[in-house]
Amino acid sequence: MSNINTLDKDIKVPKHRDIRSLPGFSWFSLGFFIYLYLPLFILVIFSFNSSISATVWESFSVAWYFKAFANDDIQRAAKNSMIIAVFATLFATIFATMAALAIGRSKKIKYKSVFTGVIILPLMIPEIVTAVATLTFFSAIGLSLGLGNIIIAHTVFCIPFAYMPIRARLQGMDEGLEVAAQDLYANKSDTLRLITLPLLAPGIFSGAMLAFIISIDDFIITLMVAEAGANTLPIYIYGIVRKGITPEINAVSTILLIISIIFVTLSYWIGKKR
Amino acid sequence: MKLIKDILNRYKGVLPASLSIGIFMLIPILIIVVYSFMIPNPNGGVRTGFSLASYQKLFYDYDLFDNLVFNAGYLKIIFRSLWISIISVVASLLVGFPVAYYIAMQNTERRNLLILLITIPFWTNLLIRTYSWILVLRDTGLINSTLMSLGIIDEPITLLYTEGAIVLGLVYTYVPFMILPIYASLERLDIRLIEACRDLYSTKWDALRYVVFPLAKPGIIAGSILVFIPSIGAFIAPELLGGGKNLMLGSLVQLQFSSGRNWPFGSALAVVIMSVVLIALLIQAYNARKNGSEIVH
Repeated sequence: MSNINTLDKDIKVPKHRDIRSLPGFSWFSLGFFIYLYLPLFILVIFSFNSSISATVWESFSVAWYFKAFANDDIQRAAKNSMIIAVFATLFATIFATMAALAIGRSKKIKYKSVFTGVIILPLMIPEIVTAVATLTFFSAIGLSLGLGNIIIAHTVFCIPFAYMPIRARLQGMDEGLEVAAQDLYANKSDTLRLITLPLLAPGIFSGAMLAFIISIDDFIITLMVAEAGANTLPIYIYGIVRKGITPEINAVSTILLIISIIFVTLSYWIGKKR
Repeated sequence: MKLIKDILNRYKGVLPASLSIGIFMLIPILIIVVYSFMIPNPNGGVRTGFSLASYQKLFYDYDLFDNLVFNAGYLKIIFRSLWISIISVVASLLVGFPVAYYIAMQNTERRNLLILLITIPFWTNLLIRTYSWILVLRDTGLINSTLMSLGIIDEPITLLYTEGAIVLGLVYTYVPFMILPIYASLERLDIRLIEACRDLYSTKWDALRYVVFPLAKPGIIAGSILVFIPSIGAFIAPELLGGGKNLMLGSLVQLQFSSGRNWPFGSALAVVIMSVVLIALLIQAYNARKNGSEIVH
């Protein structure tokens, strides 16, 4: 039934005859997509403005990008952001892959829905609560590892983001291939290494990329958990934006924006691969 | 010993993920609940001892003579947060439903492209997306400078640092949470139901109202919860677009843990946020069960 339904939607029908289209909805949606992208376009365009004004256009220039790259504070913050994101992504992706395999394939584990619930938990708690709770916990146990504190906090809330695409990929995979490998006398670790993981790889990449952008974009948890001197790019941007707008910030923001867009698109593209 | 070994061996796959979330998220949240019943330490942190002072502070304050007097200040902030979140949910629904319907009715290829276009901003930096609205809304921003150069207005209208700006920012940030679940429920919609309506002489709008809308209800409820949860604890939009003068719960909590140095009170406020979220989730679970049983019947 659902097949017929999908086929139906692919047939081209003149618009006024189409029972599915409602008057005004397509214009409304066009307007919506403009609303969604307009502010970002303005941000990007004015990062190439030669004038210091962030609203009056003068002429094209990449001077603000050079200025941003030469800025010591930005360099330091960018380096911190990268270190944190790389480690948090690594840990979160490994943990999420293990958990997805255990929940999806192991027959010995009970209470699977409880474990799934725990893994999804970070998505259910408002970020500000996670932020102050983590701060409280770190101060209660006296943990002070500099960037390490932030890496731990990021790993925890990146796990569900890495977990979801991996789990989805695993659910769509034919378990028959793994059974066949075992029938042909492959042992468990060979099956995992030669069959399961290669098939799962697109899901793992997709999850890792989502974890990476979630970490590199995070603001509120980092703001609360970061110790003095452990600034990340979003924290730096926030500090400047509160005082006023500079084209330099537009340039830094544009770079972060482009990184995110590349990663989401890649994640989507790799995740879709069969 | 053998039993522990056996359990460890059996659960070793899920342990790293669930232990790290358990230790660094569940336990911290329990600590927050405990802290909300303790006494503040003026240097930050808490002193041991049981006290309900933090919850009392939500309603009452001490005056000059140490008498308890009713203080609506914090309640006002809580209700403002609830109010702004609810308005944001309604606005997201009004904006999101037509878009979700439009996308669901496209052919497969266009559908996938449009969904990707919805998700891209959703994954990009929240701070930057909110900041970009400052460029549009401020007195010398895009809207005001366009209206002024067209001669429609002589003086800039105050758009930034209003409650409206906060709602605009929240809707902008969270409307994908509304569109995606509605789209998911509309995508499975059987077109022949609409055909049947039209064959029986209903108008397009009646078909929408009596057939499409009820079928989209699970998506609408899920979307409303997903917009509501991050809105109630929002921090960036109220700070940047509300200018810190329209204080909301998120900022108030952050304040208690930074310059306010009243951790128990901040914890109590966090407990308030979590309770509101829990109620919202229970409503959703109840609705999901109700809708689930309807399908079975």
